[in-house]
Amino acid sequence: MDSHAAVEHGPELLHHFSDAEQQRNAASLGMWLFLVTEIMFFGGMFCAYLVYRYWYFGDFGAASQTLDIRLGAFNTAVLIGSSLTVAMSIWAAQTGRRKVLVGLLLATILLGLVFLGVKAVEYHDKFEHHHVPGASFHFEGEVPGHPGLPVNPYHAQMFFSLYFAMTGLHALHMIIGIGLFSYLTYKAWTGYYTPKYYTPIENAGLYWHFVDIVWIYLFPLLYLIDRHR
Amino acid sequence: MSDTSEHISSPKLYVAIWLLLMVCTALTVGAAFIDLGPLNTIVALGIATLKAVVVVLYFMHVKYTHERMTKAVVVSGFFFLLLLLALSMMDYTTRGLG
Repeated sequence: MDSHAAVEHGPELLHHFSDAEQQRNAASLGMWLFLVTEIMFFGGMFCAYLVYRYWYFGDFGAASQTLDIRLGAFNTAVLIGSSLTVAMSIWAAQTGRRKVLVGLLLATILLGLVFLGVKAVEYHDKFEHHHVPGASFHFEGEVPGHPGLPVNPYHAQMFFSLYFAMTGLHALHMIIGIGLFSYLTYKAWTGYYTPKYYTPIENAGLYWHFVDIVWIYLFPLLYLIDRHR
Repeated sequence: MSDTSEHISSPKLYVAIWLLLMVCTALTVGAAFIDLGPLNTIVALGIATLKAVVVVLYFMHVKYTHERMTKAVVVSGFFFLLLLLALSMMDYTTRGLG
């Protein structure tokens, strides 16, 4: 195609792109560049976790075992389910199913709220047991696999500091995601997205899947360590 | 580029990927309770990485993008994360050896 020729296209294609695919790819590339900065953002915390887990190995194991593995696994399943509804919403947008699209976006929001609700229950539990870092922090226990060896409460406190920082930042991303999807749901309801133009859904979907991936790593690192000891 | 139609993944594929992710979650919980020695960490992170790769390729459509730049950005992001983690741990794990 001659790139200088006047091309017939709808209002969804901005004039500085030669075709819809180029526009889609540019939007996707921009979103991925943002997600790479997010990888490094969370990466700093994962690095801190790795160093302290290496230093306070047994203490981290003991602190981790106070987390409820059933709630953690349930929330993992909820998030994976929400990733499915997001992926299906892309399909619904691509095939022009407006009501299915709205339903799937609403299901995503609902699953996100369920995740945050379970997280709130877990946080509440931590406050009740004085496992929140600070003046009232209290932790007693034995290092897993070493009967009689007491846990250093300062080391356990570091585990919970990282627990709250990492799950808190993750939860903040979930809250932002729910905000994004609420807006998308409204726009989808008005029929704004068509098989020709659904880039905002695609990009918000990329964001949601990224947040899911962060949790895929947080779950084994925070909940599943030293369970066999 | 002559091919201007985007790839449309079928709901069947999405559900299959979802099933795989759920099975992997059950596997990683089960594996955590079995004593594998130092392999416990490797198995847990290996399963997590498998799940992450599947999400990136199929849910985030990186497998189907024609744009090589996007693929390069995705790979470079994880590569620099790996550098951060690997070089940091090379420091902290060898401090006692000096």
